Amino acid sequence: MENQQKLAIEVEGLTKCFGEVEALSGVDFTVISGELFGFLGPNGAGKTTTINMLTGLARPDAGAIRIGGIDCVKNPRATQQRIGVVPDESNLYPELTGFQNLCFCAALYGMGKAQRQERARELLATFDLSQAADRKFATYSKGMKRKLTIAAGIIHAPEILFLDEPTTGIDVASARRLRQIVAALNQAGTTIFLTTHYIEEAERLCNRIAFIVSGRIVRTDTVANLVQPIQAKHVVCITCANPLTGIQDELEAAFADLDFSIPGPGLIRVEADRPVRVGPLVRFLEDRDAEVTEARAMRPSLEDIFVQITGIEAKAMRHEKEKKGGGQ
Amino acid sequence: MKRWIAFWNILAKDMRTYYLKPPNISWGIVFPLAWTGMFFIKSGSGLDSIPAVLPGVVAVSILFGTTSMLATAVTFEKKQRSFERLLLAPISLELLMFAKTAGAILIGTINGFIPVAMASFFADLSGVAWGVFVPATVLISIASTFLGLFIAVAVSEVFEAQTFSNFFRFPMIFLCGLFFPIERLPVFLQPLSYAFPLTYGADVLHGAVNGSHILPFAVDLAILGAFCIVLFAASLWNIQRRWIL
Repeated sequence: MENQQKLAIEVEGLTKCFGEVEALSGVDFTVISGELFGFLGPNGAGKTTTINMLTGLARPDAGAIRIGGIDCVKNPRATQQRIGVVPDESNLYPELTGFQNLCFCAALYGMGKAQRQERARELLATFDLSQAADRKFATYSKGMKRKLTIAAGIIHAPEILFLDEPTTGIDVASARRLRQIVAALNQAGTTIFLTTHYIEEAERLCNRIAFIVSGRIVRTDTVANLVQPIQAKHVVCITCANPLTGIQDELEAAFADLDFSIPGPGLIRVEADRPVRVGPLVRFLEDRDAEVTEARAMRPSLEDIFVQITGIEAKAMRHEKEKKGGGQ
Repeated sequence: MKRWIAFWNILAKDMRTYYLKPPNISWGIVFPLAWTGMFFIKSGSGLDSIPAVLPGVVAVSILFGTTSMLATAVTFEKKQRSFERLLLAPISLELLMFAKTAGAILIGTINGFIPVAMASFFADLSGVAWGVFVPATVLISIASTFLGLFIAVAVSEVFEAQTFSNFFRFPMIFLCGLFFPIERLPVFLQPLSYAFPLTYGADVLHGAVNGSHILPFAVDLAILGAFCIVLFAASLWNIQRRWIL
């Protein structure tokens, strides 16, 4: 019972179909109070559909959702005071200023005038938007819009915050600042449910991660547990100026104790259970007219685990998303 | 109290953002003026025709003033996703939609009294039964707003809402007895007249201004009230069915 009380979100057998398409199929997971839970998957995996159902913007076809112990399927409005939502696209009012947008969002949660104005000013300062407080939202840059949308999501200091792809389509500096803000919110006690397709972002921020592919959760665990099986691996990435054809088979025949893969043109990834001796490899490649420009030891990352579990190349996933939402 | 803070702020935002914009205000004044002028010219009986024309102009001003507003206040916000923010607020859908429509009801009612204010300079309105005229004006405004809401939530694009509105508005104007008495319509069209809320509103307005009406005022007002409830309930049902998938 005590353990149950610590759960912020409980999801069991969540299923959703759109016509013939099964968007979610028997999804189960729990989010513990105070944790930063990552929901990682490619486009169309079911991340936004899951968030929509958790927040009451969509109805599941089957399954149970409890937020803070309250059944959200039967009573979706009951939890809305406790949650904050930052959608994947900014949905504030373009004709209102930043300050007016925040005050309006605060009023939706029943905050009095003085309280909401104070909170709006505080958040504008936190998100470095005080200078733009009186400018219309329509005139904001993408990064500023994203920041204000997050500020609007936390205006009522929710216990649980849903963040849907918070850093997609914004510049590197803004994304970095947003990650700092998200981490600070979590450290201050907010439970965060974060969907992202940036694996390194999830690895850096999240306590636990669920991988979702084609509407099914394929793995849920802490980042440490996910990465642990490959931590002992030794990985070297060799870069060649000229792409080589058929080199993988030759390398595997010559170095039977090493695993090789070709992640891109001119790139060779080497994995082993012991330190990799680079000299013989470089000589082998140069004997076959390869122009070896770099050989780097790599730390095995969550990306490797993601590729291993889902079979989806993380770079492909990122490019696909950025084509839709703009580059980070 | 918290829910009413949300209600008031949604209403105030919509008033500022949509309803009290200069084009809307000028439209609210020019539209009744144009209709009044048109019917004066058509009747050819000068200022004497004001009492006959007034109910029609009041009803049409309300109808056009309200139904067109919901397309922006609801359909446009749904399209640009800011409506989702309202759906995430911890208030009931009923209160939320009442807040979204309250501005249109208010503006519609004001629009209805603009022709009355204009007419008061040219005609003696002391014989008007204000006790039924005022509630009828408010109820026509509510029914027209909820008709606009019903249309706004049934479509996805603002232009569709405007087009769909005309599909209801124009037949209603000509069949509801405002400008042509229902008994003078072709027999096959007469039952259709009674399917429109405006018919009952027009009957009360005619009765209040000229003394001639078909149904008792209480029946007209009760049917108009029933239209309001049905249109609002149908709109909420449609929102839950179409927007909360």
